Amino acid sequence: MKVAQLFRDYFAKNGIGLGSFLLVAVLFWVVILIVLPQLSMLDFSFRHHLPPPEMGGPKDTYTIEHYKYLVLGAPGADTTYNVVDLGVFGRTLLAALFVTILDLVLCYPLAYYLGQSRGGGAIRILVLLLIIPYWINEILRAFAFRIIFGESGLINEMMLAMGLISDPVDFIRANVALYAGLGYAYILLMIFPIYNVIESLDRNQIEAARDMGAPWWRIHWRVVIPYAKPGISSGCTMVFMLSAGALAAPQILGGPSSLWFTQIIYQWFNTGGNWPRGAAFAIVLLVTCIIIVLSMMRLFKVKIGDIGK
Amino acid sequence: MTKGVDVDLENVWIRFGDFVAVREANVNIKGGEFFSFLGPSGCGKTTILRSVSGFLEPSEGTVRIGGRDMTGIGPNKRPTALIFQNLALFPLMKIWENITFSMEVKGASKAERRKRADELLEMIALPDQGEKLPSELSGGQKQRVAIARALCAEPDVLLLDEPLSALDLKLRQHMRTELREIQQRVGITFIYITHDQGEALTMSDNVAVMRAGVVDQIGSGHTVYNDPATPFVASFVGENNVFRGKVKSIDGDMALISTNRTGELLARIATTAQGTLKVGDPAMLFVRPEALNIAPDITPAPNRFAAMVKHEEFEGQIYNVFLEGSEGKEIKMSLVNIGTERQSAEGMNLTLEYVPEQAVVLPAGELASE
Repeated sequence: MKVAQLFRDYFAKNGIGLGSFLLVAVLFWVVILIVLPQLSMLDFSFRHHLPPPEMGGPKDTYTIEHYKYLVLGAPGADTTYNVVDLGVFGRTLLAALFVTILDLVLCYPLAYYLGQSRGGGAIRILVLLLIIPYWINEILRAFAFRIIFGESGLINEMMLAMGLISDPVDFIRANVALYAGLGYAYILLMIFPIYNVIESLDRNQIEAARDMGAPWWRIHWRVVIPYAKPGISSGCTMVFMLSAGALAAPQILGGPSSLWFTQIIYQWFNTGGNWPRGAAFAIVLLVTCIIIVLSMMRLFKVKIGDIGK
Repeated sequence: MTKGVDVDLENVWIRFGDFVAVREANVNIKGGEFFSFLGPSGCGKTTILRSVSGFLEPSEGTVRIGGRDMTGIGPNKRPTALIFQNLALFPLMKIWENITFSMEVKGASKAERRKRADELLEMIALPDQGEKLPSELSGGQKQRVAIARALCAEPDVLLLDEPLSALDLKLRQHMRTELREIQQRVGITFIYITHDQGEALTMSDNVAVMRAGVVDQIGSGHTVYNDPATPFVASFVGENNVFRGKVKSIDGDMALISTNRTGELLARIATTAQGTLKVGDPAMLFVRPEALNIAPDITPAPNRFAAMVKHEEFEGQIYNVFLEGSEGKEIKMSLVNIGTERQSAEGMNLTLEYVPEQAVVLPAGELASE
């Protein structure tokens, strides 16, 4: 039997002790911490919202009412579709996409520079400068951004002092603070995968392309970017998923008119106390994100195995 | 194809901070010539190549290609093509795309590029391999693709940075012949960088031997081997047995050296030292292993010395005898295998002799470290 042979080889290679630890740890992580909770969420999302005594009773049957609610809205509403929630859903995904692109544009040159300038003290300091802000927790960082971007914040004060503007700009309302905060929050997740790949790119290839007359943009287009694609896609995947699923930053930095889909989910779980509906919304967000990521990977011809590289 | 053009280095200095990588290099490479820079690693030969290809600007002096001053002209604008030591093929491009990358840069249509790629693939004897990726080819095949890619740009000068060093011996020897053939066919100037004197001697019209940033000698392989200009060249190019001493007397172009421990030995003064070497000067005498032979008798003579056999190596066409002379340094003698019984045995004391015209005297100087 093939599987039995696989296990025998595995244990022969790693030993019984380490082998079983790895196996148990990975199984625990994947099954107990990932698969089972998600399955229970999936189960929740198909149940009626019932008071605790009725749970497990005759009324506790499967239903798709919560999914229906997301698409069609409350029964008897004046619109055919749930314009509010779907609107927020769409805007969240677009905004996450925007944050991803913003981070990619910011990080690619930086990662390229870091990856190609071999070693050196200056580089290590630069990397340290990138990492240190992450010692501060997310909430504090978000509030710091609020202060920087506030009406009487650093940026407004500076621009006023320099005479660039006559009235303070409301960065919070314009969502500038939100995009800046989110973009900043995931910069490392974009830089490091790209940096990792580019670091292993043979410098001679860049020189070879240059030697054959290629201008810098063609070198990037034909040599560096194709090579860095696995890093770029894993960076983009992480930033996109995490931006779409962010909660604190939109809560703190979002303008009064902008609601993040995660905030709606949070409301259903928390203030609304309607776990099945929250679960349904969360599942829709998760599945949609996965579909978007997979189709992007297909579009840019990245194999899923490349991402781990 | 374009005819090769001259490459001139005029008083070129290249410094990295305080470190002088190339010191006052004056080299004239003629159009259509196969020219090699030969030297140990770190001698500055790759630095010179990079200054010709344009990745580096000399700190001082001028690089001219076809008489044109190349100062301020980037690598993408120079009529040179570089073949890297690790070839630097683009791993994610197909072979034909790799080969025609320089045409793609110039905006050639896909049909044109395909056609040219097929021609070049034909030339390097790899037809129908265009659709493959570099990783699907063997070392020698990749080597040829790199050559085709460089030639596709129709350069006036092809620069090769030890491109054969990654290949195994057989393939390397085969590629030497092939490179030489390609060079003669396309007729452009080849500048070849190597630390392997065999490569430099077999392929080149002329060789520049470099030591620690200095060009010690420029000449044909024959000249560099038989008439070295410095002790470094004598000891780096091929093998040599060295005897240190002082000049005792000079007669025409022959000098008698009183060596430190081996007595008096006679040899020809190297061309560069003729006229300048004086009686009493510290000198070095070089005898090639293949110039040594076992003397028919033990009568002392100024072209004979005694040594004891330590061990032997049999290589097939020759056997190398390692002996202990009075200099303390091991002496190597290569005897042609003529099919007879060996004439020496371990521990045997021999008298060796050589033809004085085949040994060279040079003013004492730095040797190549082993």
